[in-house]
Amino acid sequence: MKTKKLKVKSKTENLSTIRDFISSSAADAGVAADAVENIILAVDEACTNIIKHAYKSFPDGELIIKTKSTLSRFEVSITDYGKSFEPEMIPEPDLQKYYRQRRVGGLGMYLMKTLMDDVKYVTVPGKYNEVLLSKNIKVAQSNAG
Amino acid sequence: MAEFNTSIKNQGAVSIINLKGYLDAHTAPILENNFVDLIEKSCYQIVVDFKDLAYISSAGLGVFMAYIEKIRDSKGDIKLSGMSDKVYNIFDLLGFPLLYEIFKSEDEAVKKFTEIK
Repeated sequence: MKTKKLKVKSKTENLSTIRDFISSSAADAGVAADAVENIILAVDEACTNIIKHAYKSFPDGELIIKTKSTLSRFEVSITDYGKSFEPEMIPEPDLQKYYRQRRVGGLGMYLMKTLMDDVKYVTVPGKYNEVLLSKNIKVAQSNAG
Repeated sequence: MAEFNTSIKNQGAVSIINLKGYLDAHTAPILENNFVDLIEKSCYQIVVDFKDLAYISSAGLGVFMAYIEKIRDSKGDIKLSGMSDKVYNIFDLLGFPLLYEIFKSEDEAVKKFTEIK
């Protein structure tokens, strides 16, 4: 099992550092290129939500991003110490309604759920929040046998 | 740091915004400013060309949602062109092709505005 860790401040300018970290971790873990792209976007969305909502764009918060890979699964955990939130309170987006209301919140969470195989939220009130994103790694054809 | 920039050119009454690089929550305000400037100048016929765009997140998609209503109310539109399969796939996941006309090339998108006249 391989693990890697990145710690950055809660600034949107760090999103590119986060994407580069995920890109190299996932590629090292043998994740297929199209799945790597999906994981990068899901992690970007999760971190953008944390920066904007958990830290309310306060730039000195901390994001700790850890990746873990086994032969069949690539997992990313993102920990923050900002305001906790209740994911079940965020409704599934209705794009037609969004269009009328010019609202875009919730699109990121929908993308995360669509692009990953599993998304979990863990909150220890007053201590930390953690988002866990995981993606199953397709077994290479030569081993599929 | 993520590289993103835009350039704007005019073809007749149509304004074309070319996107280049990575459009995320950090760089989305650059594109927002482009829309604000065009709306201020009453330029409502807008083509956004994606051919040099490498990446988009929902923060980037949100920019299109934020200004489309005002632009359509002013008898204009935002038409999109030149998306890579990867970028198109994200638009598609969120149902954007129902709300925006998407063309293969910038020229086709510009032509669509001219035809309407």
